[in-house]
Amino acid sequence: MTVLTQLTNDSIYGALMNVKDPEIDTVSILDLGMVEDVSVEGNDVKVVLLPTFLGCPALEIIEKNTVEAVQKVPGVSNVDVEFIFSPPWTSDRITEQGHAGLRAFGIAPPPRHFEEDGSWHVDCAYCGSTYVTMDNIFGPTACRSILYCKSCKNVFEAMKPISTLM
Amino acid sequence: MSNERVALKELLFQLADDDFLISYRGSEWLGLAPHIEEDVAFSSITQDTMGHATMYYNLLEELGEGNADALAHLRSSAERRNSVLAERVNGEGYYMETPIYDWAYAVVRNYFYAQAKRVKIDSLRESSYAPLAEGAVKVSMELHYHLMHWRTWFTQLMSSTDEAEKRMTNAIKLVMEDFGDIFSYGQYKEDIESAGLIATEEELTKNWIAALTPVFESLGLAVPTIPAPVKNGRNGEHTDELDTAIATLSEVYRLDVEAVW
Ligand SMILES: [Zn+2]
Repeated sequence: MTVLTQLTNDSIYGALMNVKDPEIDTVSILDLGMVEDVSVEGNDVKVVLLPTFLGCPALEIIEKNTVEAVQKVPGVSNVDVEFIFSPPWTSDRITEQGHAGLRAFGIAPPPRHFEEDGSWHVDCAYCGSTYVTMDNIFGPTACRSILYCKSCKNVFEAMKPISTLM
Repeated sequence: MSNERVALKELLFQLADDDFLISYRGSEWLGLAPHIEEDVAFSSITQDTMGHATMYYNLLEELGEGNADALAHLRSSAERRNSVLAERVNGEGYYMETPIYDWAYAVVRNYFYAQAKRVKIDSLRESSYAPLAEGAVKVSMELHYHLMHWRTWFTQLMSSTDEAEKRMTNAIKLVMEDFGDIFSYGQYKEDIESAGLIATEEELTKNWIAALTPVFESLGLAVPTIPAPVKNGRNGEHTDELDTAIATLSEVYRLDVEAVW
């Protein structure tokens, strides 16, 4: 006799914790706040994701990795991943755990606040010093900027703040 | 097909082709920007912009216009709806050989274009077509950084050496010659405007001038006047430069349209 496993959202979320950002392996798509919805119908699972940046080449990899990870959950037959724009992904969706994961990777988490002129400030990802300068607002990937720490003389990266107020 | 449907598709082709061509021209700059930091920044902006074009082509695919990749690569120049400004070459020469690209032109073109895109996106956030309004919110956040970037280059070069000012002034003249169709909806003006998809041509033009005025005032200059279009890209009128661009950018895609890249 076959024992059917009752699929739960929890088991799917558990699997999604293993889907890491392809370029930052210390944060998952859950930590980044990219998972908008998970729904289970019988043995079929639908995962709704929010793209961080529209042109982000990692999105296809994330989609593939999501399907693979969810497929491994016992009882799952079909996995459907959909990207939607609304609500828009914003950097304040990154969780506390996500902030910790970014720091562990050497990337300063996105600041929560903007100055009145639209500029923003982060502390050094390595030494925590506040004496940093913006080197290039555009970093190696769409979502990161490059900064320089005048205290420890390291170049470091920060996640760009992204908000609907922009 | 209802007028509103036609108007929506026309507008989407205008938005998609604009971002697609300007990001193609941006991609030709890869490795040639004035310094390494700029190379990183410009290619990042180009990648974002290509993503915006993809978003519009996907909306067209959902409306039954065919595969998004095919829409981007396989349409002839007569079918294209981009502004002439977006298709212009970066300067003389070919990027594989000895390009003599004009950085002043790149700065002015991209700054004026990004500001035009800003006023369109601000309006599209209120579009009567919800998927377009939602996409505009996403584009808006990324565009914020693009516009800031080009504005910085523009003001710095405009207040730099005599040589820089001369080149920039020349670039402004060149860019403005092609600016006539930027806010044009071509022959679909009436349908696009009455469908509540986006603000009128006149309103966008007014907003663009208003946004540039403080920047130009701080430089002691007046915002240049937008001329009537010589060729209107919104009606499929283009230069040879677009034909060459399409031939080059679709070369790999045409090798095997079934391939997954
Ligand atoms: Zn430091």
